[in-house]
Amino acid sequence: MNEDSAGGGPSVPGSQWYDADAGPLVRPYAMTGGRTKPGPSNVRFDLIALVVVDDDPPGPAEESLLGPEHRSLLALCRAETQSVAELSADADLPVGVVRVLLGDLLESGFVRVSRPVPPAQLPDERILREVIDGLRAL
Amino acid sequence: MAYERSESTGAEDGADTTALALKILVAGGFGVGKTTLVGAVSEIRPLRTEEQLSRAGELVDDTGGVDQKTTTTVAMDFGRITIRSGLSLYLFGTPGQDRFWFLWDELSQGALGAVVLADTRRLEDCFPAVDYFEHRKIPFVVAVNCFTGARTYGAADVSRALDLDRGTPVVLCDARDRDSGKEVLIRLVEYAGRMHTARLLDTVG
Repeated sequence: MNEDSAGGGPSVPGSQWYDADAGPLVRPYAMTGGRTKPGPSNVRFDLIALVVVDDDPPGPAEESLLGPEHRSLLALCRAETQSVAELSADADLPVGVVRVLLGDLLESGFVRVSRPVPPAQLPDERILREVIDGLRAL
Repeated sequence: MAYERSESTGAEDGADTTALALKILVAGGFGVGKTTLVGAVSEIRPLRTEEQLSRAGELVDDTGGVDQKTTTTVAMDFGRITIRSGLSLYLFGTPGQDRFWFLWDELSQGALGAVVLADTRRLEDCFPAVDYFEHRKIPFVVAVNCFTGARTYGAADVSRALDLDRGTPVVLCDARDRDSGKEVLIRLVEYAGRMHTARLLDTVG
């Protein structure tokens, strides 16, 4: 592996990278098999798209075939309905990687993803009123 | 409590299954207090999400990469406020540097509105954000973070200095203070509602 050479960059003092500074040991997109976009369904996950576990998920046999990152995302979704942004932060993975992995989970039927509000139709007045009242009550 | 109103379930013909999330952006120059504001009002500790920037090919082909970093990480802070079960507000601090503008485009898609934080000692730092939201017709308020030691200006002075469109609210605030941050958000949501209604009337008329 590259670990041995990781600290031994240019021999200028202070120029070495250690730990997190040296970059991830596993390149982020290695976890997706080099894919940078979600699979065939080509969904675009908004940062605030909410991910929920499917009511009728595939069985444990199929789940055992999932990679560790897929499984940690799934565990996070099970704990609580989460946004893509939160999943990225909690799983400590870049958003781009999370999107690809979620695409896999969506296709294999483990999760469902809510569509964010379309820009053209922002929520109606009743909801905005509710937001304002809710903020006041905090 | 507000939650206990009987019609507040929002379950119109089962539409409740899709939880609603709204997005608000917090923009402004470097060091103006974006993260502080997000942290002050968020119910969760401010989280950071990272976007790895690199051309895909570089990552795939990268064999050694130890003496040349090929990826850059942009961090975005965000926080959450749950209004009620099934309705939450997400706040995103936008990355400050200009070269990350393309991320703004994604962030601003479907956003309810934006808060532009300003520091009167460096007012010019928030010009790009003001321009950005004005051009895209995204409702925003300017929140002047009143740093101690900075000369205080009135909201009208700031509005004039920034040459804001008439009606764009300017709020004086303390980004560290939860109540003050809440007030900024309330002003924004009210304003976004007014803008939205005005636009609807425009299309009808």
